[in-house]
Amino acid sequence: MNLAIKDISYNIGRFVLTAVGIGMLLMVVMGMGGIYRGVVEDATLLIDRLDADLWVVQRSTRGPFAEISRVPAKLSDRALAVPGVRVAREFVYHTIQRQDGDRVLRMAVLGLSWPTDKGDWIPLVEGRPLGQSRFELIADQTLKLPLGKQIEIGNEVYQVVGISRGMISSAGDGIAFLSSADALAVQLDVPGEAVRLERAARESRGRLFDVGIQQPALLENATRQSGQLPAIARPSISAVLVTLEHPSDAKAVAEVIGGWTDVTVYTADEQRNLLLKGSVEKVRSQIGLFRILLTIIATIIMALILYTLTLDKLHSIALLKLIGASNSVLLGLILQQALILGASGFAIAYVVGQQIFPKFPRRVIITSEDLIQLAAIVFVISIASSGLGVWKAMVVSPNEALA
Amino acid sequence: MSTPLPADDPSAKIAIKAESLTKIYGAGNTEVVAMRDASMTVMAGEVVALLGPSGSGKSTFLTAVGLINPPTSGKIYIANQLIMDGPKALTNLRSFRRKHLGFVFQKSNLIPFLKAGENVQIACELNGLSSRQARIRALELLDYLGIKDRSQSYPSMLSGGQQQRVAVARALANRPSVILADEPTAALDSFRGRQVMELFTKVAHEQGTSVIVVTHDHRSLDVFDTLYEMEDGKLTQKAKEPLAVAH
Repeated sequence: MNLAIKDISYNIGRFVLTAVGIGMLLMVVMGMGGIYRGVVEDATLLIDRLDADLWVVQRSTRGPFAEISRVPAKLSDRALAVPGVRVAREFVYHTIQRQDGDRVLRMAVLGLSWPTDKGDWIPLVEGRPLGQSRFELIADQTLKLPLGKQIEIGNEVYQVVGISRGMISSAGDGIAFLSSADALAVQLDVPGEAVRLERAARESRGRLFDVGIQQPALLENATRQSGQLPAIARPSISAVLVTLEHPSDAKAVAEVIGGWTDVTVYTADEQRNLLLKGSVEKVRSQIGLFRILLTIIATIIMALILYTLTLDKLHSIALLKLIGASNSVLLGLILQQALILGASGFAIAYVVGQQIFPKFPRRVIITSEDLIQLAAIVFVISIASSGLGVWKAMVVSPNEALA
Repeated sequence: MSTPLPADDPSAKIAIKAESLTKIYGAGNTEVVAMRDASMTVMAGEVVALLGPSGSGKSTFLTAVGLINPPTSGKIYIANQLIMDGPKALTNLRSFRRKHLGFVFQKSNLIPFLKAGENVQIACELNGLSSRQARIRALELLDYLGIKDRSQSYPSMLSGGQQQRVAVARALANRPSVILADEPTAALDSFRGRQVMELFTKVAHEQGTSVIVVTHDHRSLDVFDTLYEMEDGKLTQKAKEPLAVAH
């Protein structure tokens, strides 16, 4: 006869409530792990999806995800000329926050290097990749922009032609994919008066530069768009993504491009590590510590619950001792209850979590590895937390049954 | 290891023998002698009543011979074996209790989360019967005590008398040498109290199990074979009074 199951069956209401309570607690522990996974996944998602062999960024910076990186737009042409490079794409990336009707629309803008990159690699749930060089965008579904919607950003109107899934920035904002020209236009969108002031400043700067003095024709063009004035305009794109003919040539190509004095080259792995150690590290530590705290709290609460459940049964335990039950019978009663409680709590945490986590504003990713790890933790804390109850059961005298 | 009674001892059918049991709590100024030089011999199948006022030491004696509360001095033999020599146990007491002793208490003391049948079954299982054998034995015992039909009821659904019957069935589960009952009728009315006492007599005489009952209930003393009285820790055998005959 299994005494643990008999006791649970008799007090089923109390057991269910207790298991739900522990389940909710474990769900939070599980959720914290999932949030951490989500943060890491979101942070590295772009790097993985863009699938570049090398990242060419502004000299001595850690790349566009860690800090501001500015390189000239024409850098992609330079990179493409290096032997072994198959494709060199412009990478423009920044975050904007605009008003869309009544709601605040915050999005990460990523420029696609038209026509090399039309966004064919983006996982779409609806619509299509970019079909023209301007005024189209692909929006992640978290931005809640319907297909076909016309949205005004800056001075231009863009049409949503595709809806992507799971394309989130490291800050958790949905990504909008535009052509790099549009992305730059959004980034550099300034009011008319600011443009006029910049043109005047541009002429002034040009007069001070050697190139402006030696080539006066440049100053005559100072009123043209910034992107058309590479010699005197500020560098405008964030990075250049290089895809190699043979990925095994990465080191050699990186040495060549790294020799240029205005850029630094990272492999995709280095870029990923920089991102994780930079912007994500503190979040990871914070969530990790919080998770440890929650696990300790769960252990203490489970110990208290199991101790109370043991106290409730103390008379029965004394009686069992009196009629000759061995310690292993009593140990089995308490340990089995602890394990059943832990397992039930874990199952409740998983089932409820599966329903609730998708509704969180940021992704909560529960991996099999994390589930196994949490199951092992629950197993350990179930046993550890039953220690107090076991101790109480062991020291109770059969005399208590006569009281 | 427990020591058997001498082979030439004429008391071969002795179920339990207590020799000069003394129990002292505390020491010095706080010393209390709860039981002094108490001796009792109970034959197999004998039903013994232990009478006495509250605080006289009855429960101390019962818990001592029940191997729950060891005496300060004296010897206890059960089933022809020396089990306690003073406070020193000569065998594993819990295991010995499981095999040789049965207990019935003032309140039924059934395990609340087990049904009536399961309360008996668990005692059988603790004695090594398989789950199936234990279930069969439990139903046999409940049938013997007339409450088989309530085997699926939880203790809270049984009357006081029914609960005590289940407790007796549980006490019989291990085919004990001795049943020790501590005021088993205290929570029952006189009719049901007498039924329980008669049950003990039936069990003792039919199964050869000795029964020691601590009781205040003088209305059912006629069912007992032997009476003992305890006062201020001293145990004396008491003569049985003849039943009053109504005219």
